[in-house]
Amino acid sequence: MDVLRTEQDVAEAVRDAGGPLIVRGGGTRSIGRNAGGDVLDVSGLSGITLYEPGALTIVAQAGTKVADIEAALAAEKQRLAFEPTDMTGLLGTSGASTIGGVMATNASGPRRIQAGAVRDFALGVRFVDGAGQVIKNGGRVMKNVTGYDLVKLMAGSHGTLGVLTEVSLKVLPAVEAEVTLVLPAVAAEQAVRAMSAALGSPYEVSGAAWIDGDVWLRLEGFAASVAYRAEALTPLLAAFGAVEVVQKADWSRVRDVAPMHGAEAVWRISVKPSDGPAVIAGLPEGARSLMDWGGGLVWVRHDASADLHRALQAQAATLGGHATLIKGPEALRAAVPVFQPEAAPVAALTAQLRARFDPRGILNPGLMAA
Amino acid sequence: MQMPTPDPQILSRKARVVARLRDVLPRDAVIDDPAETRAYECDALTAYRCPPMVAVLPATTQEVSDVLRICHAEGVPVVPRGSGTSLAGGALPTADCVILGVARMNAVLETDYDNRFVRVQTGRTNLSVTGAVEADGFFYAPDPSSQLACAIAGNIAMNSGGAHCLKYGVTTNNLMGVTLVQMDGTVMELGGAHLDAGGLDLLGVICGSEGQLGVVTEATLRILHKPEGARPVLMGFDSAEVAGACVADIIKAGVLPVAIEFMDRMLIEVCEDFAKADYPMCEALLIVEVEGSDAEIDAQLALITGIAQRHNPVALRESASAEESARIWAGRKAAFSAIGRVSDYMCLDGTIPVSELPYVLRRIGEMSKEYGLPVGNVFHAGDGNMHPLICYDANKPGDLETCEAFGAEVLKLCVEVGGCLTGEHGVGIEKRDLMSHQYAAPDLEAQMAVKDVFDPAWLLNPAKVFPLDVSEARRAAALAAE
Repeated sequence: MDVLRTEQDVAEAVRDAGGPLIVRGGGTRSIGRNAGGDVLDVSGLSGITLYEPGALTIVAQAGTKVADIEAALAAEKQRLAFEPTDMTGLLGTSGASTIGGVMATNASGPRRIQAGAVRDFALGVRFVDGAGQVIKNGGRVMKNVTGYDLVKLMAGSHGTLGVLTEVSLKVLPAVEAEVTLVLPAVAAEQAVRAMSAALGSPYEVSGAAWIDGDVWLRLEGFAASVAYRAEALTPLLAAFGAVEVVQKADWSRVRDVAPMHGAEAVWRISVKPSDGPAVIAGLPEGARSLMDWGGGLVWVRHDASADLHRALQAQAATLGGHATLIKGPEALRAAVPVFQPEAAPVAALTAQLRARFDPRGILNPGLMAA
Repeated sequence: MQMPTPDPQILSRKARVVARLRDVLPRDAVIDDPAETRAYECDALTAYRCPPMVAVLPATTQEVSDVLRICHAEGVPVVPRGSGTSLAGGALPTADCVILGVARMNAVLETDYDNRFVRVQTGRTNLSVTGAVEADGFFYAPDPSSQLACAIAGNIAMNSGGAHCLKYGVTTNNLMGVTLVQMDGTVMELGGAHLDAGGLDLLGVICGSEGQLGVVTEATLRILHKPEGARPVLMGFDSAEVAGACVADIIKAGVLPVAIEFMDRMLIEVCEDFAKADYPMCEALLIVEVEGSDAEIDAQLALITGIAQRHNPVALRESASAEESARIWAGRKAAFSAIGRVSDYMCLDGTIPVSELPYVLRRIGEMSKEYGLPVGNVFHAGDGNMHPLICYDANKPGDLETCEAFGAEVLKLCVEVGGCLTGEHGVGIEKRDLMSHQYAAPDLEAQMAVKDVFDPAWLLNPAKVFPLDVSEARRAAALAAE
């Protein structure tokens, strides 16, 4: 396949496709079931098309490297507030993550708990549907309720509804200062209580994680404000141990799930925060876990195990939430539903939407099959 | 404003439809007397009215499911209604429809401070969601100006915003889950107390779908702890251009106020008259609010007023008390009712890139002269969501039509400069026929494909959102299938 440079190139490639396509940006965060097919590489659609710092908006072609976008924003003291994850360490991939891949996987980091997910910052998309048709939805302004919100539908759709060609995002000011309050050696249940106390305070905690047995609580903003809030928050945490104030905690370890790197299999489970400890309590011996989002996002590493996978998805269904196999050997990914199976009416709607947006079933077919 | 001709076959079946609805609902929950259905003839877009065939007021998700199942079987269109405060005609009936009002469903079902959510029935009003949790220090962030009256159901249907969404986001950013009833009566849960979808984000599509994909009976809403304090500052400027430049400078300086509101002279005058907030009289007024402890507020306001000083403000005044802050906001939030006391008006809702504010305001001023109708401007300046209020005289023949034409020109201008038709009110019937200016045929087709999936018979609020000629084939097919 020739290198794709423009949206029209992508549209033609999809129209001309004789079979399944594997949609690929930077190739750093491929998960799900691999049904095979020709690679449709959109990394050639690159470049920031518009950036208005005074309007807090940036528009970029889908193949634009996240690093390039972050550099452009940093030059204006702004940032992507959803804190996109870098999955190369976890998945053992190489290359440069693209903004289209971040959008297609809704890859939100620790700040999701306070600021929102990729889907919350996505203002508009252009994409090529499975028939090769170019479609736009949303736009480049911060408030837009004109017609249905297909932007949300595309966020996290893993390229199964369309091939993203352009994304417009809301950005936020970068912060002057950051500190992390650390509670050392806290059990999971106590950890969630501590995180709930912090997140339920008026101090705008922008990260709440349990990593290597410690609780991390992040405060960001103007220096004086961060200092004040750290002091105000400390007494609320007294019941959970002595608070250490760390100036430069490495939040990329939480964001990129560093303690899980090198694992054979890794699961990502989203539940109500207070249910996080129940997920951890149910794990078999040898499993290790990390909680983000105040306890609502549980990462689990273990040897590849279909039994554990089924148990995690069954538990997520009971609790209300979802469990996804993020990393695992090909054999395991082929044997189990990688994504959480949905209730019958939801699954039916999902299948019909896919059939409408991708009538030939050629866009990452089966990737999200539950 | 054109609406589809009522289907005489449906009207002829009224008695049977009413009888079937009475089988599943309490007697007083089915309203079919024309004297009483008149109460549902319009929403807050009062220029257009049409009493429905029947109105129903179910009290449970099961009753909603029963109503929809019956209407589906009978081929009767259903128009969902929250509190009827839509400014876009989202709840405007057709003569052959059943209005499904959720007003009786207003309970708080679950309050969970540890996990920071509240689950409510969707007939509950926006402000009473906060009312249920504020004694414990929490609040629900989206704050449309009609929050005293508007229902969560309508907020979800229109993805409502509000003055404070610059910091906290709009409804979709604060909505975690819904109980949705499909047109055929199927009940499902989307989302919940956890974050983000495990599969496709159907919740994200439901929010803002204007009651066309299903009826939302229950909602899980994110609640936040109230900030320690909040304080607005008033800044007056000689021109909208200068005010716009000041807004951009504030945002570029790295401060993110919780709200930045703009009012022009006409609005300052009517709001002052209404609320006695002691607004400075000037061409362009900004209300900028920040939150935090007293010291944090002082620091942020020092930075913000420092920026404002560089733009030579004609007035600059921090609120001196909670009471004064309340009056400042009461005036702003009453803008629509305040102007309603002096004139009939149509409220527009286009959003534009912030950088285009001066140009668009100048063009609106020129159009006001061309069309001979006065315009007041009040809007959320931080995010470019404008609310031009076009004044007209409902009793003067032709004035409404002139106003509609003027409004359409303004909205087309918003699209031309890179913005959109509606930022927070929704398309409804008001902007329906302008959709083709914003979206090409395949863009609209993709959206209608979503409706095909959720509501294959096109019975839910069918004459809204999409231009009538664009949706005609689908609506006709649905009728033929009866």
